[in-house]
Amino acid sequence: MKDEREEDGKVWTEWFDRPESRRKMWRTLWATCALTVAAEMFLARKGHFVFDGWFGFYAILGFVACAGMILGTKGLGELLKRGEDYYGEAAPGEKGGDDDD
Amino acid sequence: MTELHPGWILILGAALVPLLPRVARRVYLVALPAAVFFLIMRLPEGELTTVSMFKGLGDLTLLRVDKLSKAFGYIFTLNAAAAFWFGWVQRDRFEPTAALVYIGSALGVVFAGDLITLYVHWEMMAISSTLVIFSRQTRRSTGAAMRYILVHLFGGLLLLAGIVITAVSTGSFAFDGFADPSTGTWLILFGMLVNAAAPPVSAWLPDAYPESSVFGGVILSAYTTKTAVYTLLRGFPEWEILVWAGCLMSVYGIIYALLENDMRRILAYSIINQVGFMVCAAGIGTPEAINGAVAHAFCHIIYKSLLWMAAGAVLYRVGKSKCTELGGLYKTMPWTMVLGTIGALAISSVPLTSGFTSKTIIIHAAEHEHLLWPWLILEAASAGVFLHAGIKFPYFVFFNVDRGLRPKEAPVSMLGAMGFLAFLCIFFGIYPAPLYAILPHEIQYNAYTISHVVTQMQLLMFSALVFFLFLKLLKRTPTISLDFDWFYRKGAPVFYGAMDYAGNGLNRAVHALVVGRWARETGHFFRAGPSRLLVAGLGPWWRLQGYGPEEIEDRTKELYERARKGAFPIGITACLAVVLLAILFFF
Repeated sequence: MKDEREEDGKVWTEWFDRPESRRKMWRTLWATCALTVAAEMFLARKGHFVFDGWFGFYAILGFVACAGMILGTKGLGELLKRGEDYYGEAAPGEKGGDDDD
Repeated sequence: MTELHPGWILILGAALVPLLPRVARRVYLVALPAAVFFLIMRLPEGELTTVSMFKGLGDLTLLRVDKLSKAFGYIFTLNAAAAFWFGWVQRDRFEPTAALVYIGSALGVVFAGDLITLYVHWEMMAISSTLVIFSRQTRRSTGAAMRYILVHLFGGLLLLAGIVITAVSTGSFAFDGFADPSTGTWLILFGMLVNAAAPPVSAWLPDAYPESSVFGGVILSAYTTKTAVYTLLRGFPEWEILVWAGCLMSVYGIIYALLENDMRRILAYSIINQVGFMVCAAGIGTPEAINGAVAHAFCHIIYKSLLWMAAGAVLYRVGKSKCTELGGLYKTMPWTMVLGTIGALAISSVPLTSGFTSKTIIIHAAEHEHLLWPWLILEAASAGVFLHAGIKFPYFVFFNVDRGLRPKEAPVSMLGAMGFLAFLCIFFGIYPAPLYAILPHEIQYNAYTISHVVTQMQLLMFSALVFFLFLKLLKRTPTISLDFDWFYRKGAPVFYGAMDYAGNGLNRAVHALVVGRWARETGHFFRAGPSRLLVAGLGPWWRLQGYGPEEIEDRTKELYERARKGAFPIGITACLAVVLLAILFFF
């Protein structure tokens, strides 16, 4: 499907494909993470339980919980993953729509 | 006093759908739920429509209106209008008809004031939702719908058994908070947990919903599980088991969503994760937790529908739903990407979205009740939501690798419906007051304290960091993951084989014994028995008369021959008849 849309699209969509944009996005991500931790320095935050008041607790929780889930899932995946035709019904029978109304 | 029943307006209104011409049908489908929304708004509170049916067990209350049922009524109708708007382009008449009955039945459960009314609508929901899944009419959807209805009939039977036992022991069909655990109430609870998709009876959801049509998925995502949440909030607040069931659901949903490859199955598992928060809140059961569950259900339905719409629009345009076959779609479907991402941010409770002003109430309630472990699990699960739904879904569908797919942007009607829901996601994120006003209890909650915003951003940004750092480990594979449905999908053929072997084997053995042997031998006995008896009796007589062995043998042969042909001389027949009569006479 070669229409003007694709040509138009390139102006802004190309940006995501450039390697330097990727670097910029990575830098932004690290910077935002640092910023959220830095912002906590200006807070007088009290935890409800004991440890949730520790500095950077939520950052650590987010990191550890997600890393744990990904690694755990990876391990579990070895155990649970099967081919798509495991139940003998791989043919998806999906149809794309093309009508615009 | 009798008021119009909102649910039955939709159920009866469904009858008109197949008769209307196309344009009128589209308008009607959007307008009817919207009209019912306003009807619910002006319903006075109280037990409005009652029917006397069972003597001594109280009236049936078809329409019980209070803040709790109204809140679910609002979101059910609001979402229905948006979903039918999204389905503007669909041509099928059967699916929207079934969908209207389904939504109407869900309203019937929500407004049911007693267990009988609840049960009837509960089963109507099961049947009509099965028809929605059937409507895609693929081999897979048919199989999934069959499995779906079997699981729901099982759940319905648990519920019915529980209702009967409870009614017999308490003498009433009242549906209010159940105080004491007993066989009856446990069965009711399990029946409801089947519909809430709590493991191990959870697999029906990711099995069936993703097999429904583009439009059916949007409808299905909202009602069955949230109706179950409503009934748990109503019937089982403060049942501690729900706290742990909810925690289990929230983690289970994330793990399977991370394993999944199909985008709509990711969203299906994500429903279980989200409903886990609500079930946990029902278990906590304080007014704040109940408020949190209702607010979360309200916002969840909106952003989850939005996500199913975005996935549906992609499926509609591309015809593929696997992450391994999708990617780079932002180039030609930018609006779908932006609107879908708003839904993804809302489900992740990013500040300024509705998830932040609703889900965090539940977490706050857990903290307030000093429930350390549930609180920690819910916080960790919140981080996990950002991982599996907040980033994974948009990333793998719209970004990741450009696979050269250049579909058209979604139809305007789909974008319109998505835009409406995306607007609500942000609206309730910035200004939650209208949402808080419809909650069942008074609420004093402000999500926007500086420390809450900062800690939430920490949680989410570090989750995002982990996602991109571990991206290699998250690479999609064209696989499925074994879930609890393995037990019946693989178990059923084994069970069938075992039953076939045992039942039909027994049948064969009995047939061989009775028909093949006993019948033959009985026949032989009655055929040969009398003549042998005669030979045995006559043998000595013949010997007495002095016949030689050859002659006796000849006579024996002749006797057998006659017995075989049934041709005895009349004399012998008469003799035997006399003998028989004599036997009968003397004994």
